[in-house]
Amino acid sequence: MAKGWRWGSLRPPTSNLKPASNMERPLTQYIHPDGTPRLLREYVQNSGYRSLQRLAAGMAPKDVQRLVVEAGLRGRGGGGFPTGNKWSFVPMGPDAPKPKYIVANADEMEPGTFKDRILMEGDPHGLVEGMIMAGYALDAEVGYIFLRGEYHLSAQRLTRAIADAYAAGYLGKPLPGTTFRFDLHLHSSAGRYICGEETALINALEGKRATPRAKPPYPQTVGLWGQPTIVQNVETLYNLPHIVNHDSAWYHSLSRTQDGGTKIYGVSGRVTRPGWWELPLGTTARELLEQHAGGMLQGVRFRGVLPGGISTAFLIEGHLDLPLDFSSFPAQVGRLGTGTMIVLDDHTCPVGFVLNLERFFARESCGWCTPCREGLPWVVRLLQSFEEGCATNDDLALLDMHTKWFAPGHTFCGLAPGAMAPLQSALHYFHDDFERHISLGRCPWSNKPAQLRVLA
Amino acid sequence: MLSDTERRELEDALKQYPDKRSGTIDVLLILQRRRGWISDDSLLDIAQFLEMTCEDVDSVATFYNLIFRKPVGRHVAFLCDSISCWIRGCDQVREQLKKHYDIDLGQTTRDGRLTVLPIACLGHCERAPAMMIDQDVYGEVTPEKVESIVEKYK
Repeated sequence: MAKGWRWGSLRPPTSNLKPASNMERPLTQYIHPDGTPRLLREYVQNSGYRSLQRLAAGMAPKDVQRLVVEAGLRGRGGGGFPTGNKWSFVPMGPDAPKPKYIVANADEMEPGTFKDRILMEGDPHGLVEGMIMAGYALDAEVGYIFLRGEYHLSAQRLTRAIADAYAAGYLGKPLPGTTFRFDLHLHSSAGRYICGEETALINALEGKRATPRAKPPYPQTVGLWGQPTIVQNVETLYNLPHIVNHDSAWYHSLSRTQDGGTKIYGVSGRVTRPGWWELPLGTTARELLEQHAGGMLQGVRFRGVLPGGISTAFLIEGHLDLPLDFSSFPAQVGRLGTGTMIVLDDHTCPVGFVLNLERFFARESCGWCTPCREGLPWVVRLLQSFEEGCATNDDLALLDMHTKWFAPGHTFCGLAPGAMAPLQSALHYFHDDFERHISLGRCPWSNKPAQLRVLA
Repeated sequence: MLSDTERRELEDALKQYPDKRSGTIDVLLILQRRRGWISDDSLLDIAQFLEMTCEDVDSVATFYNLIFRKPVGRHVAFLCDSISCWIRGCDQVREQLKKHYDIDLGQTTRDGRLTVLPIACLGHCERAPAMMIDQDVYGEVTPEKVESIVEKYK
């Protein structure tokens, strides 16, 4: 049992951990360390676009779907929804509506998250091939890459990759040995967090104000321009060609847990080597922080970590041996999210940390539903009062109430419930720090400069 | 009024969509690149071009961080203020910009050279704090480096 374990209902999760028998890094092994992109010729030389040849050898769309289910691929955008399950709701067969669409969700705006950028900048053809494969599996003949507007380098490199793939006949022509042809377009957005929510993304792509839509109907049946649509995270799509090339047993051998494959993990904050690493799914946070990120900077102590973007709950010392995957987190601890973690250290005020997160959420709330539009700025004002030294015990109770008022189902989409995950866990793990703000009448870290006052 | 070259570029951007309206973002971004920002006149041009109401176009234009409905300087510095950059000192970078160029967030230098805006996580968290000027991203920005970076943009 891990040292410092304090969470009574948790059993040590190591019992179902197997070592990954296969230490390949299929998604990133060829990415150039100097930051230059892999162009078409090099991509093809290293078995790029090879998965399309298997289609010619008689692999039907339903075979690809079955492989993805067997591989245990789960969505890498943060939700961890099983991809094969998601696909099963798309109408198939001769009576299915036409056209169907595949949309790559490349609107990577979750703070702390930069894994999709690494893939798109380093290996743009991997996304093109992944989208062709998703299109084939679902008989969807048109794809859009919905890219966040700030990713200019990704846009340049994807534009070139798409043009090269058209010239080489991977796009726009029937794939050899099949009647399937796929067209792919790049849409550069203009920067708004809510566009990562799939129905808001669809509204954005249709040229409407990007507020989320009511569900049902789900995009799988009524999505982009009313047609069946699959919105899939970039990293998820990169996995598809490798699953088709190597089969599901190989894919499971990459992982340490029941979820298949590798994961691109990242670490930012006051650690020795902030960065990203492609590792077996189920790698623990401790390995990631100590072995890969080189531990904390000198003189700085670890206090907690958000495991995957800012819509996840804090993990503390006692959770560091949990396998980072989509199945191993007990519900009361939280979830993996995007797998790109942000470390809280003892030189950083936990209340200020959470205030920064809630400012982000308040600013990026689309304003469509009242609790989120009005409530998040209220949370910001409450946290601000702690930092300014005028908070009372009533404010502490009020913050706690907000985490319940914003529970899933009370708002139109998941933004506000996501915003409460770090707050609720901070109130639990760092309760003493909140109380010290009240008893001292100031922030104990108050020699630090004030936060950016964007909303004030 | 749209010029002929503007109209040609806009029509080209619409080709990848089944209807005109879906090109709203593309059209806004293209016209902003050509004209610097989206004025009411530009909004009207776009509405006529896309056969939409001005209100519909504005509901999109006002939604996004990268579309400017007010004039900006010749260059725009986007200062990431999300959590990883905050931990690693984006506040000090902002202070330095304020001290050296006498502009805070949302302001433009008097000579019209530079506007500073806050931006949501730029996705360069491993090299925090990050700043983007126009389309170029800079990582590990320190107060000492600010001037040498900004001086590249005249």
